[in-house]
Amino acid sequence: MGDLLQEIFAGLRRNKLRTALTGCSVSVGIFLLIVLLGAGNGLIHAFEANSGQMAMDLLRVWPMQTSRPYDGLETGRTVKLDNRDLRVAENAFPGRVTGVDATVSQSGVRLSRGDRSLSGSLKGVYPDHMTMHKGKLVEGRYISPLDMRERRKVVVVGRRTAEELCGNVGRAVGSYVRVDSAAFRIVGVYADQGQMGSVEAHVPFSTLQLIYKKGTNLEEMSLRTRGVDTEEADEAFQQDLRRVLGKLHRFDPADESALWMYNSSTGARESAEAMNILRNALWVVGLLTLLSGVVGISNIMLITVKERTHEFGIRKALGARPWSILRSVLAESVIITALFGYVGLVLGVAATEYMNVLSGQRTVSVADMEMTVFLNPTVDLGIALRALAVLVVAGLLAGFFPARKAVRVKPIEALRAH
Amino acid sequence: MSLIHLENIHKTYHAGAPLHVLKGISLDIERGEFVSIMGASGSGKSTLLNILGILDNYDEGEYRLNDVLIKNLKESRAADYRNRMIGFIFQSFNLIPFKNAMENVALPLFYQGVGRRRRNALAMEYLERLGLRDWAHHLPSELSGGQKQRVAIARAIITHPQIILADEPTGALDSQTSVEVMELLRRLNEEGMTVVVVTHESGVAYRTHKIVHIKDGLIGKIEENPNPGASPFGEGGLMK
Repeated sequence: MGDLLQEIFAGLRRNKLRTALTGCSVSVGIFLLIVLLGAGNGLIHAFEANSGQMAMDLLRVWPMQTSRPYDGLETGRTVKLDNRDLRVAENAFPGRVTGVDATVSQSGVRLSRGDRSLSGSLKGVYPDHMTMHKGKLVEGRYISPLDMRERRKVVVVGRRTAEELCGNVGRAVGSYVRVDSAAFRIVGVYADQGQMGSVEAHVPFSTLQLIYKKGTNLEEMSLRTRGVDTEEADEAFQQDLRRVLGKLHRFDPADESALWMYNSSTGARESAEAMNILRNALWVVGLLTLLSGVVGISNIMLITVKERTHEFGIRKALGARPWSILRSVLAESVIITALFGYVGLVLGVAATEYMNVLSGQRTVSVADMEMTVFLNPTVDLGIALRALAVLVVAGLLAGFFPARKAVRVKPIEALRAH
Repeated sequence: MSLIHLENIHKTYHAGAPLHVLKGISLDIERGEFVSIMGASGSGKSTLLNILGILDNYDEGEYRLNDVLIKNLKESRAADYRNRMIGFIFQSFNLIPFKNAMENVALPLFYQGVGRRRRNALAMEYLERLGLRDWAHHLPSELSGGQKQRVAIARAIITHPQIILADEPTGALDSQTSVEVMELLRRLNEEGMTVVVVTHESGVAYRTHKIVHIKDGLIGKIEENPNPGASPFGEGGLMK
């Protein structure tokens, strides 16, 4: 082995410039692969960080219209969900539903304080609404179960509403606003993430139902779920829910249009898939770049083999077996590739680290929400090792055809070559 | 039992028009002989030597070396036989230009798997025998023609082969050096080595004990030369 390496390095020294130029293409290839993967990781990490801000375990249910006749009833009936359904959903699936929320809303509401007023909408919510939908409170508290039970006239307003009506967020909590004709006490201020333009104030579900005469109906139901994040579990749960609610509201459990449901984990699954596609695409682009480097190496190995044909002839005459010739060409190819590839790898990792320092935490503001667009654009050890493995394989590949050519030429022809 | 046994060897080259180079060569060379194969250029003598050296194959007939049939061998097998049974000396020396004299001499042992230290020590021993100790670490380009050929001879004999095959060993040398090289080959023969020299120079041929004349792919006559010293040009005299 030592002999082999010594011979190869002696050979490389004889063709310094050529070796360096060819090696550069491999360095650039692996450099680009690493930088691409690093940048891709930056996007992927940012996306993951952002999706941490989104609820991933919610099943949202909207009542719609039936599309099948059932139990003697015709199609096109409007399904109405009510307070009872919430209790039923909570009690029927104790393992799978860990929290419930329902909303009912009233639009065209006037909010005023002193001489300032705004028009917007009210949303009646359950106390868990904020945590389930991953909202953020900036001041005060949210609707409590007691507010709910006593149907208190309390309101949680958005940050911009608070600033508009009370001057600043701190002053808003505790003060009263008129909501149409009733006075509501502001108990908290939430971060109105990404809501552009619309003013939406949260009040207890029961209060809104009472004041605006909504009866017992609700507009949307959200269930916080557990263990239904796979496609099959999601499917099964939705069917179970349709069956249970179908019994109550007399619609066909197989009628998919009676209830519109959306599982937020579907989105998570789809975006995970998109991230995978992105990652694979980056690998493909990087590998193709590397391939051009490998073709360069292969080319130079062909030239080397041609130049060394006479030498191989001498070696064959002296008793070199084909394997010995093959091995030396392959080893030379692998060593060039690995050496320059390693340089590219190190430079690539350095570049991603630099990128990390430069823009590793880049964010943009969407409304008043911070969106990370680039986070930790580096590659991990696994990827670096995989890239190295790719290099060795690439080196073998690059050397294979030249090596075979070297082996195939007959000794007497090789000896005649000059 | 002869060391080399050739029976009705035919060889045709197929580059363009077929060229029938060897038209039925039968020859026996005994252990310890000092033989030259002599002929004009194009007579087929080099082809014959290449077949003897297992560097080329033949179409018809039978070649036995040390009672081993050499025919349609796999390349790795052929390489082993070349390594262990044959020592080559070429007209153009065929030293590897980027290896020094010692490394060149040691190369056949490398292919036998001998360790570096041992093979370099052996190479030094052989270089010393040929008076090249001080040039052991010189590259071939730093050696004279005669020195190069002596390095090549050291390389040929380091594996104790059955036979030395020399292809125009003096072709690239001046007459003085040629005499020295032939003298070296004679000494090797005296030590018991079988030596076959291919040449077109009668001065070289008449320093061997047996001259095989080859003409147009056939053996013309085999001349015994019991007194090589009495060559036409005399001991130490001009061969060219």
